[in-house]
Amino acid sequence: MRRRPTTEAVFAALGDATRLALVSRLADGQPASIAELTAGTRITRQAVTKHLRVLEGAGLVRGVRCGRENRFALDPRPLGDVQEYVGRVSQEWDSALSRLKAMVEE
Amino acid sequence: MAEDRIEKRIELRAPIARVWRAISDYREFGEWFRVALEGPFELDKTVRGRILHPGFEHVVWEAQIEAMEPERLFAFTWPVLANVDKAAYSADYTGLPRTRVEFRLEPTATGTLLTITESGFEKLPAELRGVVFPRNDGGWTQQMKNIESYVGTHA
Repeated sequence: MRRRPTTEAVFAALGDATRLALVSRLADGQPASIAELTAGTRITRQAVTKHLRVLEGAGLVRGVRCGRENRFALDPRPLGDVQEYVGRVSQEWDSALSRLKAMVEE
Repeated sequence: MAEDRIEKRIELRAPIARVWRAISDYREFGEWFRVALEGPFELDKTVRGRILHPGFEHVVWEAQIEAMEPERLFAFTWPVLANVDKAAYSADYTGLPRTRVEFRLEPTATGTLLTITESGFEKLPAELRGVVFPRNDGGWTQQMKNIESYVGTHA
């Protein structure tokens, strides 16, 4: 069974301009080949492949076999984890504010 | 409904001047926020520091100060930093989505009412949603051109 990618993995994957751009490129739902993803840019196949692996690890992209060609498709499901992240940031504010309270009220 | 904003209200038994100092003085802020800041908060300036939470000392804290109205409002934006795992961490926050944090202060009979909001979490999904139907290929090509230098230094 595949482990569900963590929110950190999703944010780490998206916290990079190249990968965010790749996700954008795939966001129309059409699987694209590496050749298509590098067309019109100076980004190497190796660099794109490396970034696609990271996106795959976060569950945002999966490989699709189209005949003899490997293509990559976006899987938007992990993006729901953003809500979990907001919940965690909210808890961090609670802890920080209790320290602030202790400091100004002493 | 998506929760894209955090709001906290806290009643502090301390005069507003005291609370303002704890928020706007970079040393005092650093103490309760647990960050060692390099310099004072100044309007329209970027302030950096080191996170003091054990295990996260490698993370650079960064904020751009957007409002400093004494005893009323302190606001900054900062990048969404979920990528703090040591192995994957990069201190280059260029291009990351940012949220806005606001501290609003109001005097009360017993002290100070502090309201903190952090907004802009919708930006990440919105960015993605915005590109679900790309306007044209030119946008994509331009985007890739913009990041070529980035890739060059992070390959």
